[in-house]
Amino acid sequence: MTPRFRDLLALEPLSAEELSFLLDQSKPFQVIQRHPLKKLATLRGKTVALAFFENSTRTRISFSAAASRLGADSMNLQAESSSVKKGESLLDTVHTLDAMKPDCLVMRHAASGAADFVARNLDIPVINAGDGTHEHPTQGLLDALTIRDRKGTIENLNVTILGDIQHSRVARSNIHLLAKFGCRITLCGPAMWVPKELEHIGPPGTSIRRASRIEDALDGADVIIVLRVQTERLHEPALPVDDYILLYQLHAARLRLAKKDAIVLHPGPMNRGVEISPEVADGPQSCVLEQVTNGIAVRMAILYQLIGAAAAEEGAQTAADSAHSSDEKAR
Amino acid sequence: MLLIKNGRVLDPARQTDAALDLLLDGDKIAEIAPAGKISAPKNAELFDASGLIVAPGFIDLHAHLREPGQESSETIETGTRSAARGGFTAVCCMPNTRPVNDNASVTRFILDRAKSAAGVRVWPIGAASISSKGEAIAEIAAMKEAGIVAVSDDGKPIATAKLTRQVMDYCRSLDLPVIEHSEDVSLAAGAVMREGVTSTRLGLPGMPAAAESVCVARDVQLAELTGARLHVAHLSAKASLDQVRWAKSRGLRVTCEVTPHHFTLIDEDVQYDSRYKMNPPLASREDREALLAGLADGAVDVIATDHAPHEPALKDVEFDRAPFGILGFETALALSLEQLVHSGRLSLMRMVELFTTGPARVLGLDRKLAPGQPADLTIFSLTHPWTYNVNDSPSKSRNSPFDGRAFTGAPMATIVAGRIIYRRN
Repeated sequence: MTPRFRDLLALEPLSAEELSFLLDQSKPFQVIQRHPLKKLATLRGKTVALAFFENSTRTRISFSAAASRLGADSMNLQAESSSVKKGESLLDTVHTLDAMKPDCLVMRHAASGAADFVARNLDIPVINAGDGTHEHPTQGLLDALTIRDRKGTIENLNVTILGDIQHSRVARSNIHLLAKFGCRITLCGPAMWVPKELEHIGPPGTSIRRASRIEDALDGADVIIVLRVQTERLHEPALPVDDYILLYQLHAARLRLAKKDAIVLHPGPMNRGVEISPEVADGPQSCVLEQVTNGIAVRMAILYQLIGAAAAEEGAQTAADSAHSSDEKAR
Repeated sequence: MLLIKNGRVLDPARQTDAALDLLLDGDKIAEIAPAGKISAPKNAELFDASGLIVAPGFIDLHAHLREPGQESSETIETGTRSAARGGFTAVCCMPNTRPVNDNASVTRFILDRAKSAAGVRVWPIGAASISSKGEAIAEIAAMKEAGIVAVSDDGKPIATAKLTRQVMDYCRSLDLPVIEHSEDVSLAAGAVMREGVTSTRLGLPGMPAAAESVCVARDVQLAELTGARLHVAHLSAKASLDQVRWAKSRGLRVTCEVTPHHFTLIDEDVQYDSRYKMNPPLASREDREALLAGLADGAVDVIATDHAPHEPALKDVEFDRAPFGILGFETALALSLEQLVHSGRLSLMRMVELFTTGPARVLGLDRKLAPGQPADLTIFSLTHPWTYNVNDSPSKSRNSPFDGRAFTGAPMATIVAGRIIYRRN
């Protein structure tokens, strides 16, 4: 049976089958990114509301491009210039947006659980484009798609995630997705950013471990996900940047500890010379730009599933209804 | 006159558990005798308590009535009506109103409002420090003269160890208990729930159990230093209870209370639903087990609700922006029966003690069912089936995680000063 999705709030509750389905659905949209003409009419007449209550450039543009390439229109709420600054509650803001009758709401918010809270209060599908330090599900999916393209599989890989895991929504989405496919996940970073509880956030039987030395974390890795060390948002506790570079920067010598064909991902934007050295960022093992391209494909697939599939079903229902009423007339 | 007949009377003060009738005359108990032995005057009102428990009036040591200042969330009238439905005959209200109850005129205002608007007795708790800012001692003696029964800077701890010591010294001389909201505010800063696997999964900032127990450790040692009566409010962590046990083993005058939500729910129940957000936050599975053990073995002295209404507009926001606190009055007894008595963990007598003589002792009151004592009674059923619907509550707020929960056993009547102020249909 084809899975149906009402919202996309997190990857944690999705099964391996559902996740595979979403990755498979992204494939045709990957092909479109290589076409000279990238615009489809699939969601013509549909509107996607983009509500970014927290600054974001790349994710917002990626969703906007995804909507546009599906033929949908988008409306943009910029938190900086909006009523949010005037003290309006989140619920009032999204109800106002909803009254403009979009077919879907894509939202980013600084509060963990904000998308979940909004979804409980709206009837239209809600896509979480990052909520606080909880999840960033489309990032988790685009990372998995990138890994699958390069490695041929996302099953049973050794995946190492470097950085501030505790405060990373990207890491949580990566962990929840990859753990379901049998990946052995190693988390590495300063102890304050990698609490022991992280080893238990997956379902029983998943392999999540912590390593305090980067050399141990990289040994045998197939995939290395380097997280951004935030400079705009303070990590708690903050760490002197020189210490971070000394202990945790991924540079060429360290990368050699991983498998020869290991790949390197980074959700961007990168701090070159902090969490990743320029030679690694630009090297043949880096997938950073593929991730960006795949982001649009994944987001097109999600929008299609949440709006297009519902519309298709509605259409089928309308067809069935009219068939039914013509039956009645025939009688 | 009111004759309460055919009930099963429980009095923890005398360990009475017997079929007794009670005659109330005015605001006092006039007579207690074996069933059928009281010859009441013909005009006496009758209350048939067949199949019901008759207990001394329940006292809630910890509630927020929000008046003055936050009347859109609760008033003394709506809060005490809710308390009466929960079987409480007396409610101690915390001083974190606007303005803070840190002086005798606010205390008198609360008592005046209670006199005109409340059936339940309202016993104000005064602030320990001016505006509860933790800088200078409040006019505690003047407030005591006006009617406070204890002091607390609840909502937060008394800010510094030094001021806590001074407040304890002063309150010992005034014979008032110091009620402490134990929290190391630096460890708890920014946190919205208990730190653990669930907070890590949800990406919500958590406070460790030590945020509470570090402060309890400070306070029990200051209680030893000063000889003051220290009562630890809404204790939630095993490590804190261990501190209280240590204090008790040394003979210190240290007591503590536990809320029904902390012995019923755990951090794993939190799912971005602000009705599960309170301070101290829901604790771990192991902590809950420790609280249940403490309730059974006597380490815990009191069940208190920490009734903390917040109007829907305040609670219906992102989890991390929502204020801490949930409603407590109307579900306290039913949750206690469910978690403690029906489950076989505590005797019914022990549970009643936690609602009656337990809090009375903290306040230095001698509460028992005897002629001449105040005619405050809580009459409840062990078997009455009902479902809590928060929309039926007289409270102005709706922030309860127990909305829709089915219960067995409920308050059936609340009697204050000889008057039936609440009766369940």
